[in-house]
Amino acid sequence: MKQENFEPKILAFCCHYCAYSSADLAGSMRIQYPPNVRIIRTPCTGRLETEYFMKALENGADGVLIAGCLEGGCHFVEGNLYAKRRVNYIRQMLEEIGIEKERLRMINVSAAMGRPLAENITDMVETVRKLGPNPIKQNGASKQESRK
Amino acid sequence: MIVAQRKNIPDLLAIVKSHKKLLVLGCGTCVTVCLAGGVREVSIIASSLRMAAKLKGLPLEVEELTIERQCDNVFLEQAADAIKRNDAVLSLGCGAGVQALAERYADKPVYAGLDTTFIGILEERGVWTEKCAACGACVLHEYGGICPVTRCAKHMLNGPCSGSREDRCEVNPERQCAWQLIYKRLKDIGQLDRLKKIKPPKNWNKSQSGGYRSIIREDHRV
Repeated sequence: MKQENFEPKILAFCCHYCAYSSADLAGSMRIQYPPNVRIIRTPCTGRLETEYFMKALENGADGVLIAGCLEGGCHFVEGNLYAKRRVNYIRQMLEEIGIEKERLRMINVSAAMGRPLAENITDMVETVRKLGPNPIKQNGASKQESRK
Repeated sequence: MIVAQRKNIPDLLAIVKSHKKLLVLGCGTCVTVCLAGGVREVSIIASSLRMAAKLKGLPLEVEELTIERQCDNVFLEQAADAIKRNDAVLSLGCGAGVQALAERYADKPVYAGLDTTFIGILEERGVWTEKCAACGACVLHEYGGICPVTRCAKHMLNGPCSGSREDRCEVNPERQCAWQLIYKRLKDIGQLDRLKKIKPPKNWNKSQSGGYRSIIREDHRV
């Protein structure tokens, strides 16, 4: 895929109690953010297992965004802190594998932060756009991709 | 429990790169508990290897499987079909599991994906520490349940080395002096008199002397 035509595909895991609601709010407020994100609602970012981030990248996502509550504001007290540690662990593994760790990012927002969420998503999309397509896709499509 | 840690991905890829079909085989016992070789770790390492291989242009297919226990022939049978399907096995079991697999499946290369490190316990979340050196002649009853063979950096059996500072070990100031702990514990349980007896040199014949050790129970043999 040529760099100039490249539209990143970002998977965003959004916590039901904050980021998902703030994405809703961004919509109500008519705030634009790039359509490159595919949002998956999760009960809490603490519910996300490390292998989800791995599998997303393995199956061709150009970036993975984890959007949880502000630190100290988790509905389940510390789920977002678990998620933060897991994201950091997988970022280290991505470096070992040879994939840019910037493709995986965690952000913290509250349900009232529609505009900051949109800005964060825009920033993530631009970061990944600069990095280019997921190198896994360039070196032969993954199983899921080749079935299409 | 046996505590192990994963090897890094470049090292693992170097070990398995000559194969085209690889089985990453986890173990559901000790290494699951120490978060090194259970279902989740198998999934992460298999994904990592697939991605790393793809980036290097290596044609590597990776299958994932975790069985209850790799060091037991009964459970090893459950992996037979998967092992047959693949060219090699990367075991995420401890050293015993890797060798049990290699003995059972003589025609398949079996590689260790973990560095088996020690017998220990979960000290706190995410922290494991060594508690037993499997020396073959336990002396814990003499020392209030605190093992000087494992936990004293110098394996001192007749009192501290005099190098400790406060309650810290002089070899590694981040560690507690085992002898400080032994003294406190014996004092707490009223057994300080145990320290007055001079301990003879330890019998290391029961440890790593003369090759591997085995235990034979005639009453259980068939």
